[in-house]
Amino acid sequence: MAQPTNNEPDYILEAKNLDIFYGDFKAVTDVNMKIQRNKITAIIGPSGCGKSTLLRAFNRMNELVPGTHINGEIQFNGQNLYAPAVDPVEVRYRIGMVFQKPNPFPKSIYDNIAWGARIHGYIGNMDELVEYSLQQAALWDEVKDKLDQSGLALSGGQQQRLCIARALAVQPEVILMDEPASALDPIATLKIEELMQELKENYTIVIVTHNMQQAARASDYTAMMMLTDGESRSGTMIEYDETNIIFTRPSDKRTEDYVTGRFG
Amino acid sequence: MNQPETKPKMEFSENVTRRHLSGKVWRVLFLFSTFFGILALATLLLNIINQSSGYVIYKAKVDPVTLAVDGVPLKSQTKEQLMSVLQDNLSKGAYNKIDRDQPFAEQSRDDTYDLVITRIVKYEVETSWKLWDSLTKRGEIMQTAQTEYPNDLLRFNVWINPDFLRRPQSSDPVVAGVRTALLGSLWVIGITILVAFPLGVMAAIYLEEYAADNRLNRIIQTNINNLAGVPSIIYGILGLAIFVRTLEPFTSGTLFGITDPTTANGRTIMSAGLTLALLVLPLIIINAQEAIRAVPGSLRNASYGLGATKWQTVWSHVLPNAVPGILTGTILAISRALGETAPLVVIGASTVIFFDPENAFSKFTTLPIQIYQWTSRPQDEFRFLAAAAIIVLLALLLSLNATAVFLRNRFSRRY
Repeated sequence: MAQPTNNEPDYILEAKNLDIFYGDFKAVTDVNMKIQRNKITAIIGPSGCGKSTLLRAFNRMNELVPGTHINGEIQFNGQNLYAPAVDPVEVRYRIGMVFQKPNPFPKSIYDNIAWGARIHGYIGNMDELVEYSLQQAALWDEVKDKLDQSGLALSGGQQQRLCIARALAVQPEVILMDEPASALDPIATLKIEELMQELKENYTIVIVTHNMQQAARASDYTAMMMLTDGESRSGTMIEYDETNIIFTRPSDKRTEDYVTGRFG
Repeated sequence: MNQPETKPKMEFSENVTRRHLSGKVWRVLFLFSTFFGILALATLLLNIINQSSGYVIYKAKVDPVTLAVDGVPLKSQTKEQLMSVLQDNLSKGAYNKIDRDQPFAEQSRDDTYDLVITRIVKYEVETSWKLWDSLTKRGEIMQTAQTEYPNDLLRFNVWINPDFLRRPQSSDPVVAGVRTALLGSLWVIGITILVAFPLGVMAAIYLEEYAADNRLNRIIQTNINNLAGVPSIIYGILGLAIFVRTLEPFTSGTLFGITDPTTANGRTIMSAGLTLALLVLPLIIINAQEAIRAVPGSLRNASYGLGATKWQTVWSHVLPNAVPGILTGTILAISRALGETAPLVVIGASTVIFFDPENAFSKFTTLPIQIYQWTSRPQDEFRFLAAAAIIVLLALLLSLNATAVFLRNRFSRRY
């Protein structure tokens, strides 16, 4: 693992000349980005520009769709995730994911947390791990008396925090969040955002969002994606910088139009 | 924006009433279709019930009252008393022959009672009425019985009764029962389940979860879908060729040291069970595939996102959520197998057989075959027996379906 030097920022993930294809269709073109450890990086952009596709490339979830492949590479702690010797199961274990729609398992709250740890051969005290994970996800106080109830019986916001706790329980280094709050009301959204601020102490978070305020409020870095012009429209990254720069003085006109709401 | 040069006329005919009317017409049609279906079903059921009980006039060769021993009437005699009745009324040779064929020591009291009825009392059905006639023309029947058959026994007979379930098949409608066929059906269906369920579910898992989407697998999939529609008699011919003929040493049980001369030729329960397993295999595969496909993708994503392997995902999330659908589909397929007649006729199910199947390599008959055989007899009584057997078959099917509902509710209860 690369150790951070004094002035150099510590990058955990790096996409190099990344193209992503669904069969013959090129969904994402030539993305180069470095993601800093223990920061929150937001990916914004209009619908269909490949934000989620890019996000899912970081833990090789795209491969579950037959016909998907990439050109270029993604480095994780300096190691190419797409090298032939790398097992995608291992990748997803190190880089967890939270989805747009809360998707707890139809099991008890306890088992939702414990299952992931169990399949990875967790040998510690499971009760402690469940409690710790739920506390990290700021859900413990709400569910500590009903751990044997179904995860599906919780409210939408609680379900999403359960999914975050589930991802935390296997101790990933990075958590990818694909519009985690888009199905939630503003109060639940705020809770998720506060949670992200706490989690970045120990984890690196990459979040895709449609909500500009959310990106501005919650993230340290923001990447702006947009479809290329021309015949074969494909998503690409047009600007990537610190969040306050993207939202106050972006260098690209299209970014400015988009973040100020003048786009399309 | 370009302004169109001519604006279209903004006129609409007021047709709300007409739209409602067409909706009502369709509704009446739907109602009629439903009604027609219910009517057909009700006719079928009423017809069966009509034949399953009614007045019967029995003529006894020997009046059972005269067979009382020490004042104990025939019906409540013990086995020993019944044996003495047999000894008194049969020739010594006939009595000994019975003892040789079905040793008294192995008979139950009810078996001996049946022997007394068939060998000595020898009831014969003089005439019989269906349930509807028995209820509406009761007086008439009573009068007929008194004037035309003054010495005979008039009884309201429910053809489906505990004795009917208990007794083996017989050429005498008075004592014929359905036990042989019922046991045969259960044996055959047991083998079908044991073979078809695991094979079908495993094939479905492979096709849904592991098979790549290439030409070969698409051809396989299409063929499985088509196999589900192949007429059952074709499966019978297949079963005859493979299980009865080619695999005869296995299906006749000689491989396992079973050398019963009556079960030659591989026309056994094993052949029938395997043939029906082939018949329902495509159905089970298709139903299980549907159930597996219905498991939401978000659940798989959640599992993969945690770093689960494919097998962990299938075993812990896909299968538990597909179980209700798999079980329902399987039981519906098994219900179909239970009602199949044609392939078993080809396989060579025995139409007349008086002994219970002893193991998977016995000769057999099944309920549908028994029903078919009884309905083709000329005497009315056999048709009543067939109706009773149909009720037994329907009850068996209904209980299977009830099991499906029960299992579905039990397994889909999510905490």
